[in-house]
Amino acid sequence: MMLKIENLHAQIGDNEILRGVNLEVAAGEVHAIMGPNGSGKSTLANVLAGHEAYGITGTVRFEDEDLLALSPEDRAAAGLFLAFQHPVEIPGVGNLYFLRMAFNSVRRRRGLEELDVMGFLALAQERMKLVEMDRSFMSRSVNEGFSGGEKKRNEILQMTILEPKLAILDETDSGLDIDALRIVAGGVNALRRPDRAMIVITHHQRLLDYIVPDRVHVMAGGRIVRSGDKDLALELEEHGYADLGLEVASDRSASVGATP
Amino acid sequence: MTDVSNDVREFASQEYQYGFSTDLDTDAVPKGLSEDVIRLISAKKHEPDWLLEWRLRAYRHWITLEEPHWQNVHYGPIDYQDIIYYAAPKPKPQLASLDEVDPELRTMFDKLGISLAEQERLSGVAVDAIVDSVSVATTFKRKLADVGVIFCSFSEAVQNHPELVRPYLGSVVPYRDNYFATLNSAVFTDGSFCFIPKGVHCPMELSTYFRINAADTGQFERTLIVAEEGAEVSYLEGCTAPMRDKNQLHAAVVELVALEGARIKYSTVQNWYPGDADGRGGIYNFVTKRGKCAGANSKISWTQVETGSAITWKYPGVILQGDNSVGEFYSVALTANHQQADTGTKMIHIGKNTHSTIVSKAISAGHGQNTYRGLVKTLRSAEGARNHTRCDSLLLGSDSGAHTFPYIEVKHPSAQVEHEASTSKISEDQLFYCRQRGISEEDAVSMIVNGFCREVFKELPMEFAVEAQRLLSVSLEGSVG
Repeated sequence: MMLKIENLHAQIGDNEILRGVNLEVAAGEVHAIMGPNGSGKSTLANVLAGHEAYGITGTVRFEDEDLLALSPEDRAAAGLFLAFQHPVEIPGVGNLYFLRMAFNSVRRRRGLEELDVMGFLALAQERMKLVEMDRSFMSRSVNEGFSGGEKKRNEILQMTILEPKLAILDETDSGLDIDALRIVAGGVNALRRPDRAMIVITHHQRLLDYIVPDRVHVMAGGRIVRSGDKDLALELEEHGYADLGLEVASDRSASVGATP
Repeated sequence: MTDVSNDVREFASQEYQYGFSTDLDTDAVPKGLSEDVIRLISAKKHEPDWLLEWRLRAYRHWITLEEPHWQNVHYGPIDYQDIIYYAAPKPKPQLASLDEVDPELRTMFDKLGISLAEQERLSGVAVDAIVDSVSVATTFKRKLADVGVIFCSFSEAVQNHPELVRPYLGSVVPYRDNYFATLNSAVFTDGSFCFIPKGVHCPMELSTYFRINAADTGQFERTLIVAEEGAEVSYLEGCTAPMRDKNQLHAAVVELVALEGARIKYSTVQNWYPGDADGRGGIYNFVTKRGKCAGANSKISWTQVETGSAITWKYPGVILQGDNSVGEFYSVALTANHQQADTGTKMIHIGKNTHSTIVSKAISAGHGQNTYRGLVKTLRSAEGARNHTRCDSLLLGSDSGAHTFPYIEVKHPSAQVEHEASTSKISEDQLFYCRQRGISEEDAVSMIVNGFCREVFKELPMEFAVEAQRLLSVSLEGSVG
């Protein structure tokens, strides 16, 4: 099993946001996590990536390693990638520079040789085609002045360059028009491989028309309350979360801010 | 008795600081300042009477002044009678090899990517490489002479070109200007003189030459650069290598004069000893730098990267006298540990359609305190004057501080003055984003800080921009987490 989460709890202050998450993801699989606002989806993504704002109990094994013991940068080197829901801007830092720095940092941590500027540029240009980005993106500052869609494409570009084993996409579809959605999904599908897994967090069944999942999970109140195959997403689309008999209303206390 | 014990203590601390001993100086005038001392300095340097008179006028004015304390910095009292104002230039203590250099200093050199040959030169190692640099310097000197550029020490200029020094000395920073400039005028020992004749574009960055020939910077240094009509020059002062000096007080004066259509670009990278982690023993850098755009269509541009010194107090300014003249000030000031900086600029608009641009980037880490203080003044004559000021501060950690004191005086109704300011912190979100991409926290901080300074770095000569970035990263080490 590539990822094994057992009884994962996470809280900020007295506010418990994850209340015992259990999840197993095997290599080659795509899992979708759906659920209402504030159900803990983004918190799960942040906790897996190593955000330090949370008090955490439970265990997470990533390729048989204790994931929770690693720093965020070591998790990245181990092959975990998070496409952020709200990618930050870094003024004055060129996108190409940032990408190469990330790429080489990860390579260094993995004990691999770093790529020089020319070598990296060639790689970046090839991957940019996957998300239909032109060269002008590279000379702009990281995410600064990017439209919502451009930011999300930039996240997927980073993913194609860093080639993670496990990619977590946190609401990558939110705020995208249909063309941008097609481009982003195309980039993601191009990366599907038997030795790579993905967790796709989304509000909408729409994304799952493009990225077809092997498993669908529904989160509510900080737990995974239902799991099924891709038909579960269609069921949700049709009936909404309320009809599934989920304890959404009683878990309001967990509904504080999807991002920390 | 007190004097003797002070001497002993000072001497002892020097040994501790540098890890090698210094021979006692025999060719020095007595401690303290008086007319006799100034006469002695002038005589030792074989100066003409007019210069001695000028020094004495400065001294007589200085004794009527009080040390200023309006700056937003704090330091103990300075005993001006405890300073030796003249010591004959003496060779640096020579070391047999780099192995004798303070390991801490060597680590710093390596981090900055300074070549072995240059490391040896900077630390005073006696090697054959010196011979090479002398021959390179000679080549440069010939190249400059071919086009009529004069570039020499201030003392040489006084001896060989008094007709060029005399009309310009004190023409931008008069000896009555301020306490420290007045003191400098009375006692300055040496510095650089640079003269670019009419229509000549200096064939090289004077930085290149300067780095090879870098003389010991004096405690009271005086620099004068004159660019005649249509002349152009780019000058770089200082270097990224850490500079240590046994003198705590540094009060330099720099004067720039640009005649009609001339352009002067003056870049500074300052990395003097900032003191230990508690701020003890660092250098006080109290400098007066000013340029005068004397002719129409002239331009003076200051770029500074200030990472060293315990206390920095400087306001490189431009007097925009000629019509359509342009003044620029680009600054990065970093204060870490207990460093304090009160720095900024003065743009004085006199001529018509004069333009000035100010971009100040202040970074405070640890207990560092960073103050921007800037004056933009447009006189009644300055029809159509324009200024744009951007002041950005970046705070690292909760014990650092950033302060901004803009002064704006507008006397002509057509003037346009804009001031933008921002204060920000490196956000947790930015750091987490970088770390999720595999970049360590330290690398992320230095990358974000360098991004913050990019607008200023792009004004530096290419090779120095790269070094300045590294310098910033090294200076920030340990200020994270």
